[in-house]
Amino acid sequence: MSTGKEKDAKPTTTTTTAPEEHFTVIDDGRALDVRAHIGGSRVRLAHDVLRNALGIEIKLQGLCRGAVCVPIRDTAVLVTEDGIDLATCADRLGCPLALDIEARAAYLGVPAPDRGRDLASLDAPDFTLPDLNGRLHSLSDYRGKKVLLIAHASW
Amino acid sequence: MVITVALDRSSEDARPFIEAAGARHPSLIDTEHRVADLYGMINVPTAVWIDEGGRIVRPNDALFGNDNFVQFHGIESGPRIDAIRRWVNDGVRPLAEDDVRRFQALPTAAQQLARAEFALAWHLHQRGDTAAAERHFNRAGELSPLDLTIRRGSMPIRGLDPMGPDFADLYAEWVQAGMPYYGAIPVGGKT
Repeated sequence: MSTGKEKDAKPTTTTTTAPEEHFTVIDDGRALDVRAHIGGSRVRLAHDVLRNALGIEIKLQGLCRGAVCVPIRDTAVLVTEDGIDLATCADRLGCPLALDIEARAAYLGVPAPDRGRDLASLDAPDFTLPDLNGRLHSLSDYRGKKVLLIAHASW
Repeated sequence: MVITVALDRSSEDARPFIEAAGARHPSLIDTEHRVADLYGMINVPTAVWIDEGGRIVRPNDALFGNDNFVQFHGIESGPRIDAIRRWVNDGVRPLAEDDVRRFQALPTAAQQLARAEFALAWHLHQRGDTAAAERHFNRAGELSPLDLTIRRGSMPIRGLDPMGPDFADLYAEWVQAGMPYYGAIPVGGKT
């Protein structure tokens, strides 16, 4: 969405156009290298980048991710010519965000209410993990048997 | 059947324990702590009982196979193992469904943010950004000080001994907080 700006164009009152940089966004365990505009303590992603990388977009209903849309009241904070502010996005959607501007990386976590809702349904959340031989196993592979799921560690 | 999940930074850390157990059940490696996040696990060993239909019949609770360290954690192995046998052999539900919900410790916003911070730290560590990783391991621990999957689980990654003096401090803090695992969940079959 960022248009080419002349090098000596005057900065706007809200923000200057920051150059695009590589930035790592990690979502659901997948690390994605995206283009971002970094200015001060803000990371902004172009609309198409945010949509393609994180499934987040601005629609008529507001800021949307999947089936969830939240109304936007402070568009000027959320959206500038550099794109959509990642931290504000995460905050509005209730997603925990671990952000490191200097390291050019962020991890988008799962909201507590989502986890709570899933657990309170009493349906055991499914997962797929490897064994020592690298063979993948899913919890759902063992449907039909009683399962004692035990987490342990060397520490 | 048993499925074990190692919340370890590598299969090599988990391997000695898995091989020593000599078990033929699926012994899985969870370097991203995905199962800890999905189930709201804050320490190990933690067990969740899941029935044939994939339903949770007993939520997160400590489970030990013996009483070798009972003086450190206060959780006796006998009653829980007996309850498992009654469930497996006789189909005795450990808890009524309402009680399963009642005794679930659902995650808080701070705990979920801590998990995101830990996950970011782990990513940064793996790409060689040790200083940045340390910042986020610390932040994760501040947000969820009683989540030992974070505070003790990060120690091997950071080059700290999870059995050494750093753990001694953490253990003291944990005892001070009342040795919280997941709360006092009733053990034993329901009539």
